[in-house]
Amino acid sequence: MTSDRVFNRTTIVFLAIVLAAALLVPASNLLLPPGSPLHVPDYMMPLLGKYLCYALLAVSVDLIWGYAGILSLGHGAFFALGGYAMGMYLMRQIGTRGVYANPVLPDFMVFLNWKELPWYWWGFDHFPFAALMVVLAPGLLAFVFGWLAFRSRVTGVYLSIITQAMTYALLLAFFRNDMGFGGNNGLTDFKDILGFPVQAPGTRAALFAASALALALGLLACRAIVTSKLGKVLVAIRDAESRTRFIGYRVEHYKLFVWVVSAVLAGIAGALYVPQVGIINPSEFAPANSIETVIWVAVGGRGTLVGAALGALTVNAGKTWFTGVLPELWLFALGALFVVVTLFLPKGILGTFLEAWGFRRKRPAPEIIDEDGVASKPAAAE
Amino acid sequence: MTTSLPVTTALLYLNGVSVVFDGFRALNNLSLAIGRAEMRAIIGPNGAGKTTMMDVITGKTRPSEGDAIFAGRHDLTRLDEASIAQLGIGRKFQTPTVFEMHTVEDNIRLSLKADRRTLPTLFARKTAAERERIDALLERVRLKDQRRRPASELSHGQKQWLEIGMLLAQEPQLLLVDEPAAGMTDQETADTADLLREIAETRAVVVVEHDMTFVRDLGVKVTCLHEGSVLAEGPLDQVSADERVVEVYLGR
Repeated sequence: MTSDRVFNRTTIVFLAIVLAAALLVPASNLLLPPGSPLHVPDYMMPLLGKYLCYALLAVSVDLIWGYAGILSLGHGAFFALGGYAMGMYLMRQIGTRGVYANPVLPDFMVFLNWKELPWYWWGFDHFPFAALMVVLAPGLLAFVFGWLAFRSRVTGVYLSIITQAMTYALLLAFFRNDMGFGGNNGLTDFKDILGFPVQAPGTRAALFAASALALALGLLACRAIVTSKLGKVLVAIRDAESRTRFIGYRVEHYKLFVWVVSAVLAGIAGALYVPQVGIINPSEFAPANSIETVIWVAVGGRGTLVGAALGALTVNAGKTWFTGVLPELWLFALGALFVVVTLFLPKGILGTFLEAWGFRRKRPAPEIIDEDGVASKPAAAE
Repeated sequence: MTTSLPVTTALLYLNGVSVVFDGFRALNNLSLAIGRAEMRAIIGPNGAGKTTMMDVITGKTRPSEGDAIFAGRHDLTRLDEASIAQLGIGRKFQTPTVFEMHTVEDNIRLSLKADRRTLPTLFARKTAAERERIDALLERVRLKDQRRRPASELSHGQKQWLEIGMLLAQEPQLLLVDEPAAGMTDQETADTADLLREIAETRAVVVVEHDMTFVRDLGVKVTCLHEGSVLAEGPLDQVSADERVVEVYLGR
């Protein structure tokens, strides 16, 4: 059956585009002369790279919301934690090039009169350790939070509310100077990543390609999960949780599994985001960010994975254009978009498109559109 | 600390079970024994405790007092829903509850007795043996032609049967069936009675039912519950002749 395959048509097309972009966009930026109509200007590189990170974040939200019915309104927390782990590595790479030229302490610690590096900063000068933390920090938080929430059978709107509380609590905590993460200024002024200057065109091109690759691999991992038997159990939980329990599935374990996978993907997205935008501060924990991510997923098409990524890309491209032309109206436009999509395109852009397309291709028989938008003929009636 | 369980040869033995919700005794010192491969019909007015009894057996509700012993050695009051289901107790809800977005075939596949742990499920592959079992079950509940349709497109009666198929897929020793004939046509009701009788040849089946014609069709021992305990027990004719049963349930 079509929906059982990891590589369905939509996924293949999208992966091909992302992987082509991973090669062609950096090539165009680095190799073509600035006057060429196909040249991607330097300022666009981190911007496009940022969109790809958002797309991976959206895919991670769609995995839990679209398939397991867990609406997280706090996924920005996992994204930000991954970002902070990367930011800490980048801070330690500054070395003596900071304003205070302290070889060990980041500037904000010198400013706060700290004498030595707090223990939780140890090891962040090594990239492999920081990379491990990018995965572990969001993963562990998700594990503890999920274990408590799912075991107590907190579901629906109550779960959404406590995810909001979680990200808000982290926002307040990271604002505090004595937390040791740079307070409200966050971490910034980065110089090098793996020995390459972060602002250099070559580095930016590599970061763009890495983000595209991460999106492609993240999407594939999610496809593999949702097309497995476990993925079918998730949909069963989403649609009839107690039925699933009475069949013998321990629902909380399944939820915890995808919840942690999703948080880790969000953390990786955040880690790739930080070197491209050049800063990570507590505002990334703002509840509004997490809600915006949910809107990207809804706009693109909940429960389609590729749609979530498309939603993130289109809404953010729209945001960039809109905030340039009519900055004060952007939030109204975003709100209107959400209302319009909910009312008129409940399956999102991708879902609606696939349905229409599948319908036009095989009009004669009444058919069933499966989640991939591939029409199949119903079995003959009795 | 573990207290020793009462010794019993019954498949399911409820011993003095009480459930109290905010002072209301939904079950009041209820005792009941179901033998292996026995079919039992449970009748009784609304609020008699029929659903609460099923909740206790399947681990949804913890009793305030009493024991629920399965197969002579498992204390059901200490286990959660998933463990109880894995022990071999299947439950059919009053309104048909199937996985609407999944195909009929996938509904059965997910219910098949198999390793229910997370990672083995992630890496589970379809096998020929699994396919054969699905075919046999779909044959039995007469849904073979519908296997590729989403369950949401089935009629009410077909969903009831699909849910029974899902129960059978778990290979339970005990099936709890809540009002299987509700909303069915006369023919479907008669067919359902046949199916349940056939199932009861190898497994224990407990049927909660209001439809007295259906209970008569089943032709099995009947237990009448009232205010959380057993009011009368025996063949239908004997129970329906009982003065108190007529008083509280059947009406004059």
